[in-house]
Amino acid sequence: MQLHPIETSRVGATHGQGADGQEVRGAHLTLRRLSKQYAGRTVLDEIDLKIVPGEFVAVVGRSGCGKSTLLRAIAGLETPDGGQVKIGGGGTRPEVRMMFQEARLLPWKTVLQNVALGLPDGATAAQVALANVGLCTRTGDWPSVLSGGQRQRVALARALVHQPQLLLLDEPLGALDALTRIEMQQLIEALWRERGFTAVLVTHDVQEAVVLADRILLVEDGRVALDLRVDLPRPRQRGSAAFGTFEQQVLDRVLETHAGGAAAKGACRA
Amino acid sequence: MGAPSSTAARPIASAVAPQAARSAPALRRRAVAWLAPLAPWALPVLLVVIWQVAAQVGWLSSRILPEPWAVAKAFWMLAESGELWTHLRVSLWRALAGFGLGAALGLVLGLLNGSSRRAALLLDTTVQMVRNIPALALIPLVILWFGIDEAAKLFLLSVGVFFPVYLNTFHGIRSVDAGLVEMARSYGLSGWALYRDVILPGALPSILVGVRFSLGLVWVLLIVAETISAQAGIGYMTMNAREFLQTDVVLVGVLLYALLGKAADLAARGLERHFLRWNPAYR
Repeated sequence: MQLHPIETSRVGATHGQGADGQEVRGAHLTLRRLSKQYAGRTVLDEIDLKIVPGEFVAVVGRSGCGKSTLLRAIAGLETPDGGQVKIGGGGTRPEVRMMFQEARLLPWKTVLQNVALGLPDGATAAQVALANVGLCTRTGDWPSVLSGGQRQRVALARALVHQPQLLLLDEPLGALDALTRIEMQQLIEALWRERGFTAVLVTHDVQEAVVLADRILLVEDGRVALDLRVDLPRPRQRGSAAFGTFEQQVLDRVLETHAGGAAAKGACRA
Repeated sequence: MGAPSSTAARPIASAVAPQAARSAPALRRRAVAWLAPLAPWALPVLLVVIWQVAAQVGWLSSRILPEPWAVAKAFWMLAESGELWTHLRVSLWRALAGFGLGAALGLVLGLLNGSSRRAALLLDTTVQMVRNIPALALIPLVILWFGIDEAAKLFLLSVGVFFPVYLNTFHGIRSVDAGLVEMARSYGLSGWALYRDVILPGALPSILVGVRFSLGLVWVLLIVAETISAQAGIGYMTMNAREFLQTDVVLVGVLLYALLGKAADLAARGLERHFLRWNPAYR
């Protein structure tokens, strides 16, 4: 994957400039006693978290147990009932972009116009971003003619065209077929390694978490129940013994909650 | 990608038998492609033919239903004398003005109430109450308020056109995909840009349904409005002809309304095809 010269000049130009003029590629993320309740039910219970710039963090957990709420609170789409979210150190405000489970493309705009959303004079940058995700031939198409995987690639291009320092991914690959999912994981990993932004991925797929993340968090009953560092070499080999060990370890921990927790408190709402 | 032998065989086969290219399946396809656009007209044409035959043979009295040929002749005479164009122009102006006013008001109020909960709280109940009064039942009141000239007709047309446009616009704005709005907000769109790029296009399919419905409705209301003592217009021409038992002219009037309604519907479809060309359902 080659960096286009326009991209490097844009990165240097406006976005990603720290206070000392140096290129800031990833943002700090700090959560302090973050809490959220829905209709009396505690979804997030005083979560403390520190994520360093450039880290790739995966958040796993059963359906309905707060991981999406956590991500949305970081994105500012939900107002927390307590605690605070702090993104970035001093200097300029870091760019935060989010990918959703559905691509959420505007059906009445072409692929190129969708990628250039919110970017004044963004046609060239959008073209480059689409080339980076391998869709340079589909710029003039309507979203309705694209497949699910292609739509998510457009959504990825749309997120990355803003050169974000923090990229939030809310189960973006959940609706895709297995092969497309693997390709998208490789694409996301490659772009992340190239640009070095901080990434927080929410996923129900433990294998996906082990493939992509430096660090896996398990959210259970509104708290972080597991914080596991994954120190496998990149790019990750799915079949390797070490990979399998990590995956089994996390999976066991995730599933172990069901036996004890479900009986005592009732299943989490999907 | 078949074996090389099969791809080599195909060009040879067509070179040997060029006439085979105009074989039965190809001919049938060409015939279907040529006849298909005519299919919707087959039934009306058949009916007209039956009608003409029935009139000529004597089953149909010319006072009840004159033959198609007589209607055509009346049409021609009115066109030649210029009367037809005068009436047509007046009716068209009324329809356009009434539609324009009613649709514009319906659009503005629908956008307002759809976007602002406070406005909807204040205004929607009133609108719904007025909606349930049939526009045509207001005629006596309208005559009292506006007299019997153009203002009365304009009022009736506008009131009738207002409600479908208002309801559909309101519904369209309310049913814009909230996920898209959330996404757009998170990408920095707000205010006018959000409205222009997300909310209005999202509401447009519904708005166009309201417009299309109103475009059809305006002709129905026009017929009635033009009977409230008019001096010109297709309704006047038709009413006048009825007084003089010129049933062929009456039929010309009816036919004109049908053609104008069809033309308006085509215009609405054209709007849909342009503004909704991104939607596979409208292609």
